[in-house]
Amino acid sequence: MNETLSSMPFLPALLLHAAIPLTIILVYALVAIWAERKVAGFIQDRLGPMRVGGWHGWAQSIADLLKLIQKEDIIPADASRFWFKFAPFMMFAASYAAFAVIPFSSGYIGSMVNIGVFYLLAVTSVLTLSVIMGGWASNNKWSLLGAMRSAAQMVSYEVPTIATVLTVVLVAGSLNLMEITELQSGNDTLGFLPNWLIFQNPFLITAFIMFFISILAESHRVPFDLPESESELVAGYQTEYSGMRWAMFMLAEYADMLLLSLLGATLFFGGWNSPFGDFLAGPFWGFFWFMLKGLVLVFVMMWIRWTLPRYRVDQLMAICWNILIPLSFVNLVLAALWEMIF
Amino acid sequence: MMELVKTGADNHEMVINMGPQHPSTHGVLRLELVLDGELIKEVRPNIGYLHRCFEKYAEELQDYAKVIPYTDRMDYVSAMNQEHGYVIAIERLLELEVPERVEYARVILVELQRIASHLLGIGAFGLDLGAFSPFLYLFTEREKILDIFEKNSGARLLYNYFAVAGLMRPLQDDFKGDVADFVTSFRPKIKELEDLLSYNRIFVKRTANIGVLPAKVALNYAASGPVLRGSGVAWDLRKNDPYSIYDRFDFDIPVGTGEMGTVGDCWDRYHVRVLEMEQSLRIIEQALEGMPDEGDVMAAIPKRIRPKDGELYVRTESPRGELGYFISSDKSAAPFRIKARAPSFVHLSMLPAISKGALIADVVAIVGSIDIVLGEVDR
Repeated sequence: MNETLSSMPFLPALLLHAAIPLTIILVYALVAIWAERKVAGFIQDRLGPMRVGGWHGWAQSIADLLKLIQKEDIIPADASRFWFKFAPFMMFAASYAAFAVIPFSSGYIGSMVNIGVFYLLAVTSVLTLSVIMGGWASNNKWSLLGAMRSAAQMVSYEVPTIATVLTVVLVAGSLNLMEITELQSGNDTLGFLPNWLIFQNPFLITAFIMFFISILAESHRVPFDLPESESELVAGYQTEYSGMRWAMFMLAEYADMLLLSLLGATLFFGGWNSPFGDFLAGPFWGFFWFMLKGLVLVFVMMWIRWTLPRYRVDQLMAICWNILIPLSFVNLVLAALWEMIF
Repeated sequence: MMELVKTGADNHEMVINMGPQHPSTHGVLRLELVLDGELIKEVRPNIGYLHRCFEKYAEELQDYAKVIPYTDRMDYVSAMNQEHGYVIAIERLLELEVPERVEYARVILVELQRIASHLLGIGAFGLDLGAFSPFLYLFTEREKILDIFEKNSGARLLYNYFAVAGLMRPLQDDFKGDVADFVTSFRPKIKELEDLLSYNRIFVKRTANIGVLPAKVALNYAASGPVLRGSGVAWDLRKNDPYSIYDRFDFDIPVGTGEMGTVGDCWDRYHVRVLEMEQSLRIIEQALEGMPDEGDVMAAIPKRIRPKDGELYVRTESPRGELGYFISSDKSAAPFRIKARAPSFVHLSMLPAISKGALIADVVAIVGSIDIVLGEVDR
């Protein structure tokens, strides 16, 4: 598909490149919000949405979206209007832009840059900025507290995320996500396992566990959902937002969740590679496997959300600075040693 | 003006209103928090958003029996217990004999209500700490209790079921079977709750050593119920000052032991409630055995209640603590004064003392662990 695109004139190609991830995000968000409610329902021994659309309430998110579009757009009287309006778009733009370097299948990647991993981490850190922007501009103390919490949390957890991603980069020897994925083709590990990076080096297993904990915190999921912990901070930085602006935050959050899960799938689980060697391989099935791997991680996040209570803000920081950061760096060194010896 | 700005700049404190529409103040409580960052400097509870003039109404109703539905509305989470205390007070005032069957039925209903109330309290506490699912599991169990209540009284929340020296309606034929079924089905759920929530690492981290209430402070504030027992004081009116027929039953008083941290922390208060549910089941089982199958549910009482001149104070053990009714009568059909002593009110007054130096998240945990019901605080 990339070849087809490159033969097109610049502007249509650009629009098409922009449209593909956007479609994926929007469809995913509608499905994920419905799925989250169904997962919550099943975990809690109830049914979840059952009415809208007929079959198991499949149209619930669409109905919710229509409702949100019709809602009045409320801006608090003393809010800083420009920044208040700007924050949700910036947040969505940040997580959307990061999809450019995600290799969705062997035939499609938005932008084949050599420093894909680096670009992705840099762009997603803009999320922090937009959360602070939204929280501060709302002129609400709860929003401000939520924003401060989230800033502290995201900045802290970026360190272990980067350290664990670095471990992968070190083993793979590339910053290009497409190249990292191509490296994981084939089924030769121990004779039967796929060549996924997680099977290549024991310290990548520990790296993945730490990476997963960090992305839970990065995407504000339970047990680290402090920025919007509803029982403490009402709704954190989103308190004053309503209607479509709130929906943008929600969309950005789900997009971020998918982005980080897909990053995890690319780095540790072979990206678009089929788990069965050549069986069901190829660009289309590659996309299928890739999304499947990402969605499994998203499902685990949902599962955790409806199972665990929430940490307190200082405990969250203690986990990050006292445990995750030292461990992830030690892990990085050990992985490097392993690569040197074997 | 300049002064004001200056104090503002030097001062790191921020006053923030938690409530009355905050999701975890359990109703319409307003807390004024003075914060330094997220650290609590001071908590000032503001109450009165649910004040319904219980005492004045009770005087104006011109009939002792008409007050019973009002007692329901004080602590709407444990309406049976509120009615129980009140009818016991009237019965003592009139020196009435209550039929045996009624006494047993009341104890069963009240203990079921205690379990229902603790289920809600524990579930909401977990919800405050971010554990969403246990809340719904516990609600499923609470629903079964409410079904039994609905079958017999016709209502699910505010029953108006206890009458002076009797019950408003006769019990259904399968009352005993329903209750016995519930007891057998509920017992394993307590174990499930212990696994799911009580010993969850994150839950323990959030509750152990938080909001420590030493026994001395608790006694000075006149705390009672699970809050006092959580601080390690074995004080239960069902044992220490038996009313109704509680002296016939064999049960223990669980107290906080500081298993996970300090005696009297949020975890202890929480866990006392969990253990109490088991004790309530024991009482229910014994009461089911002792309850006569036949008998009236209403004793013969005078048509118009006109107690003699005098006053009395009756205290019962509600799920939240010592629920007392002070009644002063002046021979007329209307009470001269009825005052209710609500445990939630007393416990809420301790909040400033035990939440100093905590974080916002801890205040949420503390409010959840003392399990207040605002209807009872404001009356």
